[in-house]
Amino acid sequence: MRKPIDTVMVEQRATSFTRRSIKTESKQQGLRLALSMIDLTTLEGKDSPEKVRSLCHKAITPWECEIEPPLPSVAAVCVYPSLVQVAKRALEGSGVSVASVATGFPSGQYPLSVRLNDVVEAVKSGADEIDMVINRGAFLSGCMEEVADEIAQVRVACGNSHLKIILETGELETLENVRIASDLAIRAAASTGPINDGEVFIKTSTGKVSPAATMPVTLVMLEAIRDYYEETGVRIGMKPAGGIKTAKQALHYLVMVKETLGDDWLNSNLFRFGASSLTNDVLRQISKQQTGSYAATYDFSEA
Amino acid sequence: MATTNKNQNSDAWEYSSALDTTKVTIESKSKLFIGGKFVSPKSRSWFATINPATETKLSDVACAGKADVEAAVKAAKTALPKWSRLSGTERAKYLYRVARRIQERAREFAILETMDGGKPIKESRDVDIPLAAQHFFYYAGWADKLAYAFPGSTPAPVGVCAQIIPWNFPLLMAAWKLAPALACGNTCILKPAETTSLTALRLAEVFQEVGLPDGVVNIITGEGDTGRLLAQHNTVNKVAFTGSTEVGKLLMRGTAGTGKKLTLELGGKSANILFADAAMDQAVEGIVAGIYFNQGHVCCAGSRLFVEEPILEEVIYKLKQRLGSLRVGDPLDKNTDLGAINSKSQLKVVEGYIRSGVKEGAQLHQLTTKRLPSKGFWCNPCFFTDVQPSHTIAREEIFGPVLSVMTFRTPEEAISRANNSPYGLAAGVWTDKGAKIFEVAKKLDAGIVWCNTYNKFDASSPFGGFKESGFGREGGMQGLRAYVRLGGV
Repeated sequence: MRKPIDTVMVEQRATSFTRRSIKTESKQQGLRLALSMIDLTTLEGKDSPEKVRSLCHKAITPWECEIEPPLPSVAAVCVYPSLVQVAKRALEGSGVSVASVATGFPSGQYPLSVRLNDVVEAVKSGADEIDMVINRGAFLSGCMEEVADEIAQVRVACGNSHLKIILETGELETLENVRIASDLAIRAAASTGPINDGEVFIKTSTGKVSPAATMPVTLVMLEAIRDYYEETGVRIGMKPAGGIKTAKQALHYLVMVKETLGDDWLNSNLFRFGASSLTNDVLRQISKQQTGSYAATYDFSEA
Repeated sequence: MATTNKNQNSDAWEYSSALDTTKVTIESKSKLFIGGKFVSPKSRSWFATINPATETKLSDVACAGKADVEAAVKAAKTALPKWSRLSGTERAKYLYRVARRIQERAREFAILETMDGGKPIKESRDVDIPLAAQHFFYYAGWADKLAYAFPGSTPAPVGVCAQIIPWNFPLLMAAWKLAPALACGNTCILKPAETTSLTALRLAEVFQEVGLPDGVVNIITGEGDTGRLLAQHNTVNKVAFTGSTEVGKLLMRGTAGTGKKLTLELGGKSANILFADAAMDQAVEGIVAGIYFNQGHVCCAGSRLFVEEPILEEVIYKLKQRLGSLRVGDPLDKNTDLGAINSKSQLKVVEGYIRSGVKEGAQLHQLTTKRLPSKGFWCNPCFFTDVQPSHTIAREEIFGPVLSVMTFRTPEEAISRANNSPYGLAAGVWTDKGAKIFEVAKKLDAGIVWCNTYNKFDASSPFGGFKESGFGREGGMQGLRAYVRLGGV
């Protein structure tokens, strides 16, 4: 089911979104929207419970300030499975979700049983959302059924937790591969049962491979989501991750979502940013619009 | 602590108005530029130039009469000997300076272009002005290398050049005409279109700033008569015209037997051929950009679309979707995709064609923009389906945001339908198969064929057509040819 994708025109279209000028009220609204869509993420070997607790606090209250209307919390905190319980406790009652990477993140180069168990354990620890990686080795060697079958098994293992399927587009390289993998992931997830809006996301990257999220790659994935919606009426979510560091970039992505999928997708139920440094840049822009001058980077807490 | 849990924005996110509010000063009287000075017209005649988005007057522009044309030609003739003997390296210095100065004043040029012509600021800012500067840079590079462009012969300037340009890309067309002419050592009289004279006159300021010798470029504004007087003048050695095929034919008759060199870049009814195996979303993107760019006021606009029959429905659906996301409105708003139609008369022409399409039985699909400004000349972009190749909208150049969608079954049929037109300017081929691209492209009677893209312009790439789209090339090394006489070594 190969769909030809032409890089030149994808890039031209992606660039056109960056030419939109988001000012005054729409900027305020867009920044708040972006903030509410962030999956605040820490995925390092040196992550500790204390680091995760401070990240969770940041997630609930991105900025201690008097501001009207109050700022939203971010959408979720994303951690390794071993820290899910810590995050779960810290976020108790806040409405912020706990997302956990699983399935042998980031490489996925483990036996399927280990990867599935990874998911089961993360869910058991309280993860509301599972960010899985697809088997790129199998994908690139053409074993599409194997990739699809694994995704289906992971979705079953997720139970009621939402699933985000990481394609790791930086390793797939071509936009055609991105499109094939998007279609395959969506269909594999759907094969195990009906999908409510926002229960399944496709996600660009782990953040461990360069390039991570880019606008052309995200556009191709959004088009796959759009086509699936037109065919079935089911809304799949989208999460670009890695490399989105500035508020301006985030607004460009929101423009792209609005003009490709429409306003229905402009909420954290269907669109997320996988990012960490983005939060403070968004806050800096919000405070600029309040006070008229840019705050220093050290005026905002690190997570 | 002031936060809410799970905040979901229920209001739709709309773009606020993003007007470019930079003020550009416009003189109430826009004079002629002759012999290095701005002078009032001897004709004592003026006409108003308006902003087509608001219908407010921007300036009174001089209408050059016979005596003014005479003065401009004389100034160009007087300046010719010294300018043409200047070394290429020296001429290049002036051209580089012009290019740099256009870049430095880019914002001012962009706003002025948008105010006078109605095109979106996004396009004048990102396309017109940068490309105009690029043309001067590019031909500055050729000025001292002309011998290499014409190996085995000695290129000499043609002499005094009369250059008449259209209103769709005012500054860019001025650059296309002036840069190669000056690089080759000619002197020029440029006649901008009557509705869009202001940026050309601003370019005259740039020529003053860079110290271009007096008379090397003269800019005379006026209506059709001014152009006719200029083209007919005996001292003129070369006429270069971009505009309608109708006027092009008149010029061809008028210059026949006079020994004047002539190049014409005229109308078009360019075809996009969309094969079923193409990258569909990207093709639709290119087709939309190909017809709605600059409100369709583009000689190479892809105004005919031939779709392989099995994918017709899908293409129509996608075209409708994409059409729905276009934003028509104030050209100075940075988020505007389509601005105002250039003039009231052009709006009437476009509306007439849309009516004829409906009357002849084609089906109209048009964007409905809720709030268009009450004043100004507006036309919502549209496309027609159920178009027969015999329909007026499928044959004549509309020069507006109107696309005619037709079908084909085999590549041979696509090629013959695309070529079935008096014009031969541009074409587009959309397919994922490389071999098919070459096969089809070489059989199309078009000066430019874009493959899996459209409307890509570059100073180094020659532009021009076949058949009633004119002759001669502008841009690239080929663009030099119209401005040199070739002698023996």
